[in-house]
Amino acid sequence: MTKTSGEAGTKRAKMAGRGVKVFYGEKRALHGIDVDIYQNEVLALIGPSGCGKSTFLRTLNRMNDTIDICRVEGKITLDGQDIYDPKLDVVQLRARVGMVFQKPNPFPKSIYDNIVYGPKLHGLATRKDEFDAIVEQSLKRAGLWTEVKDRLNEPGTGLSGGQQQRLCIARAVAVSPEVILMDEPCSALDPIATAHIEELIDELRANFTIVIVTHNMQQAARVSQRTAFFHLGDLVEVGATEEIFTNPRDERTQGYITGRYG
Amino acid sequence: MTEIAAPMTATHSFHTSVEAEKRLRARYAAEQRFKIYGILAIAVACLMLVVLLFTITREGMTAFWQTAIRLEVTIDPAKIDPKGTRNPADFDRAAFQDVIHEALYTRFPQAEGRIARKELRGLISPVAGVFLAKEVGDDAAMLGRTIQVWIPASDAINQIEKGRIDRNEEEANRPINDRQLAWFDQLKKDGDSGPIFNSTFFTSSDSNYPELAGLFGAVVGSVLTLIVTLSLALPIGIATAVYLEEFAPKNRLTDLIEVNINNLAAVPSIVFGLLGLAVFLQFFGLPRSSPLVGGMVIALMSLPTIIISARAALKAVPPSIREAALGMGASRLQTVAHHVLPLAMPGILTGTIIAMAHALGETAPLLMVGMNAFVTSAPSGFLDSASVLPVQVYIWADAPERGFVELTSAAIMVLLVFLVAMNGTAIWLRKKFERRW
Repeated sequence: MTKTSGEAGTKRAKMAGRGVKVFYGEKRALHGIDVDIYQNEVLALIGPSGCGKSTFLRTLNRMNDTIDICRVEGKITLDGQDIYDPKLDVVQLRARVGMVFQKPNPFPKSIYDNIVYGPKLHGLATRKDEFDAIVEQSLKRAGLWTEVKDRLNEPGTGLSGGQQQRLCIARAVAVSPEVILMDEPCSALDPIATAHIEELIDELRANFTIVIVTHNMQQAARVSQRTAFFHLGDLVEVGATEEIFTNPRDERTQGYITGRYG
Repeated sequence: MTEIAAPMTATHSFHTSVEAEKRLRARYAAEQRFKIYGILAIAVACLMLVVLLFTITREGMTAFWQTAIRLEVTIDPAKIDPKGTRNPADFDRAAFQDVIHEALYTRFPQAEGRIARKELRGLISPVAGVFLAKEVGDDAAMLGRTIQVWIPASDAINQIEKGRIDRNEEEANRPINDRQLAWFDQLKKDGDSGPIFNSTFFTSSDSNYPELAGLFGAVVGSVLTLIVTLSLALPIGIATAVYLEEFAPKNRLTDLIEVNINNLAAVPSIVFGLLGLAVFLQFFGLPRSSPLVGGMVIALMSLPTIIISARAALKAVPPSIREAALGMGASRLQTVAHHVLPLAMPGILTGTIIAMAHALGETAPLLMVGMNAFVTSAPSGFLDSASVLPVQVYIWADAPERGFVELTSAAIMVLLVFLVAMNGTAIWLRKKFERRW
């Protein structure tokens, strides 16, 4: 796996957060996050449980909107456009910023229908052969094509956990998003399935910008170019993954990656 | 604590001591006892059900057949067709009863005089002519012919034959006197009396005469009423549940609405009847006793049940499905319409069918909107006067004629068959469309 330097300035920021604060009712979950996410990189968000990394991830495609008591302050941009602008359509945003969840959650429909749901919704295709092409391409990108090409009409829920998660990735890829958010995508999977997905993430980087939350520091080290360390609602440190793991600037980062707490 | 302090060998650890064995036995005994309580409870419930079904069946089974008397009836043209047109439209329907009486007098020439003949007529149903008219009344070719027909016996004879009136009772205490009994026994001996299938019960509507009373009108009334109920309650109920569960903000107003819906589910049904009387009949002036008004009243009554069960079904759809759809860029409405609602549908339908079964058995509110009317023909539309099954049961249970006792039980049996069929459909639907994730 090649590691790019991930230095600011050399690459274009696809998404950026400035002073992002998130409140759940009275409780403040994030205390002002400043971070850039560069085009075609994998940014890993790490940190102990409850540090706000998943919360931050979900602000990036406004999935927090579904929680009534949740309130977001600060500014998050996608290609320079504020995504919390009231004029911006959240449906369109989520088509551009796709998401893969912690627990594989395919729709209780056929594999084929799982993939074509998004494209149908956003009008990416109209003819059957176009949908067929999208299904094949998406499943190939998610490394699932050879395993399921003969049973596209079987329910997606009948696949194994790892296959289901790759189906979810294929489903996200099918709408051609620009950014894919992954919320601990491997936490419910066995090591072999995890390895599969990690390889996949590295391949997807060529076409997408990826933000991944992970509890597994080895995983962060393996798949990401840059890593952000969250702690108690603060972004403690963000930088090249190699840097963070070998030479962290902050004491707390060091403590976490050496396993003193977690 | 002394046991713990004492030196323990491998065979006398804390968990294998005599006390531990005792605790183990006590636990097993408790589990056994609990199982027995459960089985006892089920047995009691089953016993009650069996007793209920048994008594109703025993009472009601006899209503499905009717004692009949075979007579040689001459269709006298002079009586039936007084105008002589040979057109069935001109037939004198009331004369069929006379024709039967004539046949009866011929059969028993020994009965002479006004009183004897009146007693003789007491053997057959006072509405026997209706049956004969139904059989031959539309066929001009029958005029002048002599045919053998089975005529329903009178209610008193019918009840004696079915053993509901004791024939050994003193003469003054039974509706049939000794002479009538002797005639009937003569008929029986000649093979001219026996049970026939009571098809009237399924094909006609209410009547003052038990041998002419049937459930058909009430069944049609119930079906029409339920159609109105379902077409009002299901869409409104689902829309309410979806909005409250998926879209409504959680604030004081929606809390209030939720509390009120739960309260409405517990409101006595007669109150809904009064509401229907005041609003639908008196304010809007809709037709009294009609399936439309009855259905509207029951729809109001079923709404809370449907809303509550629909909300429960929506809640049971895992949030991960919603997240998946929202994450794909589906709007909230699309998420609900494409994923959540289809997944909740079996649960919603189950709740709805159970609410409908409840509605089918509802009586009190319908009495308030006049559905206890005496309706002798099946309603032909939603605005016609109609009765429904449970109200028919109620009316018959109140009727003084002995014949209505068995009809009441038989009507209950029919009602139960409908209820079982509806609940069976609910179970079947749930099994068929239930999806696992």
